[in-house]
Amino acid sequence: MDELLRRHLPESVVMALVTAVLTIPILGVRIHIENLQVTLEGDGTPVYIAMAVVFLVRLFRAPLSQITGMVRIDRLLPSSDWLTRYRTGLLAAMIVLALIWPFVASRGAVDIATLALIYVMLGLGLNIVVGFAGLLDLGYVAFYAVGAYSYALLNQHFGLSFWECLPISIVLAGATGCLLGFPVLRLRGDYLAIVTLGFGEIIRLLLNNLDELTGGPDGIGNIPKPTLFGLEFARRASTEGGVTFHDFFGLRYDGADTIIFLYLIALLLALFTLFVSNRLLRMPVGRAWEALREDEIACRSLGLNPTLIKLSAFSLGASFGGMAGAFFAARQGFINPESFTFIESAIVLAIVVLGGMGSQLGVILAAVALTALPEVARQFDEYRMLIFGLIMVLMMIWRPQGLLPATRPRMELPQ
Amino acid sequence: MSETSLVLLQQVINGLTLGSIYALIAIGYTMVYGIIGMINFAHGEVYMIGAYVGLLVITALGLLGITSVPVILLLTLAVCILVTSVFGWTLERVAYRPLRGNPRLVALISAIGMSIFLQNYVQIGQGARDVAMQPLVSGGWRFGPANGFQVYLSYMQVLIAVTTVLFMTLLTLFIARSRMGRACRACAQDLDMANLLGIDTDRVISLTFVLGAGLAAVAGVLVGLYYGLINPFIGFIAGIKAFTAAVLGGIGSIPGAMLGGLVLGLAESFTSAYLSTEYKDVVAFLLLVFVLLFRPTGLLGKPDVEKV
Amino acid sequence: MSALLEVADLGMRFGGLQAVDGVGFTVERAQVFAIIGPNGAGKTTVFNCISGFYRPTSGWAMLEAQPIHNLSSHRIARLGLVRTFQNVRLFKNMTVVENLLVAQHTRLVTNLWSGLIKLPRYRRSERQALEKASFWLDKVGLLPYANREAGNLAYGQQRRLEIARCMITQPSLLLLDEPAAGLNPQETRELNTLITELRAQHGVSVLLIEHDMSLVMGISEQILVMENGRPIALGTPAQIRSDPKVIKAYLGEE
Repeated sequence: MDELLRRHLPESVVMALVTAVLTIPILGVRIHIENLQVTLEGDGTPVYIAMAVVFLVRLFRAPLSQITGMVRIDRLLPSSDWLTRYRTGLLAAMIVLALIWPFVASRGAVDIATLALIYVMLGLGLNIVVGFAGLLDLGYVAFYAVGAYSYALLNQHFGLSFWECLPISIVLAGATGCLLGFPVLRLRGDYLAIVTLGFGEIIRLLLNNLDELTGGPDGIGNIPKPTLFGLEFARRASTEGGVTFHDFFGLRYDGADTIIFLYLIALLLALFTLFVSNRLLRMPVGRAWEALREDEIACRSLGLNPTLIKLSAFSLGASFGGMAGAFFAARQGFINPESFTFIESAIVLAIVVLGGMGSQLGVILAAVALTALPEVARQFDEYRMLIFGLIMVLMMIWRPQGLLPATRPRMELPQ
Repeated sequence: MSETSLVLLQQVINGLTLGSIYALIAIGYTMVYGIIGMINFAHGEVYMIGAYVGLLVITALGLLGITSVPVILLLTLAVCILVTSVFGWTLERVAYRPLRGNPRLVALISAIGMSIFLQNYVQIGQGARDVAMQPLVSGGWRFGPANGFQVYLSYMQVLIAVTTVLFMTLLTLFIARSRMGRACRACAQDLDMANLLGIDTDRVISLTFVLGAGLAAVAGVLVGLYYGLINPFIGFIAGIKAFTAAVLGGIGSIPGAMLGGLVLGLAESFTSAYLSTEYKDVVAFLLLVFVLLFRPTGLLGKPDVEKV
Repeated sequence: MSALLEVADLGMRFGGLQAVDGVGFTVERAQVFAIIGPNGAGKTTVFNCISGFYRPTSGWAMLEAQPIHNLSSHRIARLGLVRTFQNVRLFKNMTVVENLLVAQHTRLVTNLWSGLIKLPRYRRSERQALEKASFWLDKVGLLPYANREAGNLAYGQQRRLEIARCMITQPSLLLLDEPAAGLNPQETRELNTLITELRAQHGVSVLLIEHDMSLVMGISEQILVMENGRPIALGTPAQIRSDPKVIKAYLGEE
């Protein structure tokens, strides 16, 4: 024990001092401005706490690592064999729960679940690009924006309904994906990441600056909600001769109907995304993505066109982004460029990384967890993005395959 | 001189000032990329932290009653470089070293995570709103006709240029002459071989992060003094632009980073003046996209042949 | 009828280094042609130029009278010229049969809709792909390993799988980069038989780089000898064996 202390003590002291340097200028001393008078406020507590924690952890790292070595995270989390066996059962249970949810949960809970489903769509869509094809897309939010603005603008200018705009949004976002992807997909992985980030920012800046078309920073409002075969969910029909849902069925108007209806649409769209991405994995293009991730040169030597195969992943992912965007615009009723910043791309990426790149089940659970948790623990709202960032780093260090690692369906030769 | 050429001159001055800042940050990207081949996405945040530390130190010195501008500047730069160096060192130690040998994208995702983390760390500590920095160096020279367009060259702009040249010279001398500098160059050529030859590559990698962070801190302090406003989000956009500068000059090349920074600064200031301020960021991003597409080796970089 | 592959005056320069210079040869249909030479002679560079991984800095190459030296590698592969690599490049985390399915990608029904809703023609195309894969696995003796991960195969098996993966694309010309490297004598003999069979039964021409002289001399009709990026001799095995320049290059001055 003495030996242990003597060996680790100097290093622990140094690390505690390093912690002091890292925390004093940010947490220890705060800038305080009052009446144009800048003063400084000192608060030693967070600094002392951080120093003490780092000091103790470094000092006792040997016994600590023994303890953490015994508690293997890998053993606590399901193994990939287990996942393969119960995958269908788990998915079915999740879908059943999702179907019952709106009829048992509160209005607020259903609303949050709708938001979570948007992130499920985005997560599954980005998962095609990042998880299946191994292309890091940091500008995924651009396609989300294209989908949202497509619906908002087509509705504003041509009066098209949500259901008419949904396929158009999907196609437009996919086409944007093709257009942006085609020239850049031959770039190496990390350059591609930065270029897509650039595209994401360019699109946001354009939305912000093309005031006449997009309304600039003020955005677009009064976007109508989806209808059920022409039946509106509102107290009164918005157009002359329009019929509302409660009038048609002779019910009393209830605001909760709208929320449940939106939730069910989101669920439908999320299930559609799940179905398609699930099929894609088993199709030739899914095999080609996997092959391309493993060895691009071998693929080329066999006649596969890498750019085209990557493009298919990129634009399919983009299409789902567009779909989520159109639904988002309909749910919010109002959009502006603020909803489409890099942070949004980063959140979706965090979902994919946390769930496990390529793992649909993992991505769904991560999307639900990362949208629901901040709502449940409101007091931690401020720390939400801090924790997201931390999760991304820690996942890369400890479990780069994600919480529920991907299990790719294998094509087998019957023997 | 005609008015148009005076306006042009003004844009050149503004562009070179801005470009110096980008060049200082770009060094950090280019050195790290040159040695371990990763994009240190969190580098912009180190610059942002440098700006905050600068603000704190200047305010503290003001409260202590120190008024001599050179003393304040030297002390501020010294403290900022020290603090951000510790940030740079820790960043590499905590978020990148455990990932060495993994695919590039793993390290890049970790770096993005770190960037988000640091941005929110500062936001929680110091608040999300803009904080103003007292102008330390004000005034300047005016040239041109009394009744027409006058070119304005502020003392602050001169200070930025001089400081940048000074630090770039120091860095160049360090890389060219010192033992550690030689080790850096060896590692940039072939990390594994340098390791086999007995160079402590871990130390060299740490050093590149420390040097990059130090230069970013200098840029942070200068920007704070130049614009007078900082917030926790300035690192993101400045980081991407500095990365653009590094790519533009040829990533891995230190003179390239300087050149790239200046070119980008000029491009932005001309866009602001002749097109629209709103599109200056668009131009920077477009420049990034086009350079990566058509000349990924940049202006001064060496081409690398794909190994089959 | 024109020759299958015609290469003339091929040159490749990397910066200041002329890696390949003035290489020319012709491969006829259903012929086995070998390129030999000491290490660093530029043989693999010639392969990379012909298969489109490098763009040659001078000269030209034609496959069935069609210029290919300006095409990208995947287009050349589709024209019927496929290759293996010196250090085997399998999709190691995919199964053996999946490796063969990926190779058939360009011939499958890859239309999105037919795959999503499993149209009959999609099912048929997938079934045929599996049948073809099992035919080739049988051919190279890997049928029992079909559902194993390719990376878990023994080295010799990996080499055979790589050849099967090429053959399933129905090439007219097969480029083998040191196919016998790392094989034991028994496996080398099997390889010899396989190459002879491929040519006899499937009419494919084989262009190979090889160090194993017994293999090269036994199966090749024409041999090109290279040294320092330049061709020094071209002829039948008998001619090459007695060529003084070749003897000098291989044995040094005596």
